[in-house]
Amino acid sequence: MLRYIKHNMSEIAGIEIFPIISLLIFVLFFVVVLWRMYKMTKQETDIYGQIPLLEDDETIENNDTKD
Amino acid sequence: MEKVEVRYDNKIVKYFAYATIIWGITGMTVGLIAALQLAFPNFFNDYLGYKYISFGRIRPLHTNAVIFAFVGNAIFTGVYYSLQRLLKTRMWSDKLSYINFWGWQLIILSAVITLPMGFTSSKEYAELEWPIDIAIALMWVVFGWNMFATILVRRVKHLYVAIWFYLGTFVTVAVLHIFNSFEIPVHFMKSYSWYSGVQDALVQWWYGHNAVAFFLTTPFLGLMYYFVPKAANRPIYSYKLSIIHFWALIFLYIWAGPHHLLYSSLPDWAQSLGVVFSIMLIAPSWGGMLNGLLTLRGVWDKVRDSAVLKFFVVALTAYGMATFEGPMLSLKNINSITHFTDWIVAHVHVGGLGWNGMLIFGMMYYLFPKLYKVKLYSHSLANAHFWIATLGILLWTIPMYWAGFSQGLMWQEFNPDGTLMYPDFLSTVTALKPFYIMRSFGGLIYIIGVFMMAYNIRKTIKSGTFVKEEVVQVTPTIDKKENHKGEHWHRVIERKPVRLLVFSFIVIAIGGAVEIIPTMAVESNIQKISQVLPYTPLELEGRDIYIREGCVGCHSQMVRPLRFETERYGEYSKAGEFVYDHPFLWGSKRTGPDLAREGGLRSDSWHYSHMIMPKEISPGSIMPAYPWLAEEELNTSHIEKKIRVLQGLGVPYPEGFDKEALADLQNQANKIAQNVITDLSKEQSNVQVSDIAGKEIIAIIAYLQRLGTDIKAVPVQETEVETSMK
Repeated sequence: MLRYIKHNMSEIAGIEIFPIISLLIFVLFFVVVLWRMYKMTKQETDIYGQIPLLEDDETIENNDTKD
Repeated sequence: MEKVEVRYDNKIVKYFAYATIIWGITGMTVGLIAALQLAFPNFFNDYLGYKYISFGRIRPLHTNAVIFAFVGNAIFTGVYYSLQRLLKTRMWSDKLSYINFWGWQLIILSAVITLPMGFTSSKEYAELEWPIDIAIALMWVVFGWNMFATILVRRVKHLYVAIWFYLGTFVTVAVLHIFNSFEIPVHFMKSYSWYSGVQDALVQWWYGHNAVAFFLTTPFLGLMYYFVPKAANRPIYSYKLSIIHFWALIFLYIWAGPHHLLYSSLPDWAQSLGVVFSIMLIAPSWGGMLNGLLTLRGVWDKVRDSAVLKFFVVALTAYGMATFEGPMLSLKNINSITHFTDWIVAHVHVGGLGWNGMLIFGMMYYLFPKLYKVKLYSHSLANAHFWIATLGILLWTIPMYWAGFSQGLMWQEFNPDGTLMYPDFLSTVTALKPFYIMRSFGGLIYIIGVFMMAYNIRKTIKSGTFVKEEVVQVTPTIDKKENHKGEHWHRVIERKPVRLLVFSFIVIAIGGAVEIIPTMAVESNIQKISQVLPYTPLELEGRDIYIREGCVGCHSQMVRPLRFETERYGEYSKAGEFVYDHPFLWGSKRTGPDLAREGGLRSDSWHYSHMIMPKEISPGSIMPAYPWLAEEELNTSHIEKKIRVLQGLGVPYPEGFDKEALADLQNQANKIAQNVITDLSKEQSNVQVSDIAGKEIIAIIAYLQRLGTDIKAVPVQETEVETSMK
């Protein structure tokens, strides 16, 4: 079974391009992530950290969190 | 919005928590037995030499029990508890919750039964045979379905970081398990891997390393992100950091698999990827550790009084240690010393005992008082457990580091004249005995700590009342139709669990695809060697016995292209030699010597005597005895099916060979039996060929004598040319 896949892809011409593409995807993804993180406000980050500590009737929207 | 009543299911949490503790004790005890077998092999040979508990068979029982039974049940415990509370909703389906529970325990039970019986695929942490693999996949889907449905009916808009980790875990473990488990059944409890040789090795360690990543790490990071803030009553140190390290971790981890195959026959480009990504992995791993530890800024005084926080602190520290050590072990120069030694085993247990174990203990001490609405029975006993567990970890790992380092260096040591200083492998093993004894003691101490915990929790339970359901009034915040302007992109993903799931899947798939597809497809990665031929039927049966007895747990079959290896074992292993190995048997540990070039080194009768009583042939050997191999008849009822299955997988047996297989097998067996009798006839003159030719031991001798001999054969084309010219 595997031999059929192998037979059809026995030589991928220009295979070198694939790792380069994946490297580019990787770099691009993380540049975007880091940029977006940089733009996030402190207020937003503080709010999300509080989620597990909320009481059952509290929400992060109505901001009843104790600090 | 108006308040709504929610009833969190605590019963399912209790069930999983009990299972965690019971299987933890079981799995660790099996580990202790295995450790004692290495430290006191003669005792076991003389008094406890039963085939069902031989080291090779119970090693995978230990690994499967501690990973899937201990850690697995702990994951479910923590996820079922935290998920409900983070989403402010009960699990979507109670029925699925309990199917998950009972199904998982049945799977574990099937492992306990099948592994000692020798039903194993030999692939590490995936030893369970194909029917159980199917059951695992089904149970995992049940778990994931329940979890995802709960997320969809949640009453809270935003998914907290712990839940991203749970989702990432679910997706990745599903992919890993399914792809690694591609195997063709021979009979109910036997299958052959779809992959072979180098490809099987790569798929196996893509799976194996990511079993560590996505079963032992990511769910625990999720649990850490919930339980540490809860126990400390402080928010996580940095939400931004949690976003970055989540995506970085799940992306990078997948690629690290080849670091298990450095200096092997795996193509060099794949090895390099494994090294580089393993180094990069330090960053997100330490991001997680720091996020956890720095959460305790300003509340370190609480750690002084809280056993729970003490366990979490050591767990995170051990996580940091293991995730620094791992990348270091992935550097080829360091790896050349450490691979196949006890250093790797030490590394595993820093993570297992330190990160997983300690986090689980802390979680248990946190949970049971909450579940039973009562104070913990004894805080001082819990603190004592903490110190004992920490001591146990030290006494376990430090001897193993010493042992690994010593043995690795001994293997490399040369005399000034260029010969090996320790040419006899056995001398490097006997030197390790004191370390094996110390390690057993460390493990015993760690288990004693677990018993202390079990006692403490039992007393706690007795003095409290179980809260089957925690009834709360919650203010739902979810309004799915709402659109948020100017919202941060990650918040959008967190609100959309399907998107989160899909993105996570894409991210983890990239690493696997880039490494695995070219290895499968590009011809040049596996250079064919014309002299390499399929195993004969007898050798195949012998190979299956090798797999059954778990020989791969102590013996490697991979000579690395390093001078100290080739001096000791012969020509280094080429990728093309393993093309018909379904599954591969390169091994990960050398408690015994490498066997890749064992073929033809010793006589058939040497193997016969050595297998029956190793220490008589090799004084000081710690190898267990296998007398049953000389007593049991070889079961040949499946040989025709085996040949046909392998033909289907591309192994070039001639058409119709399955019908000739039995005759071929018997012919070869008679020859080997004759050799054995000739050599041993001084002692056993009445033994006939027919007495021993049908025994299992003959098959395994045939297999061992084949190993590594193919490339020494004269190439087929050359002889044909010579013949035609005559």
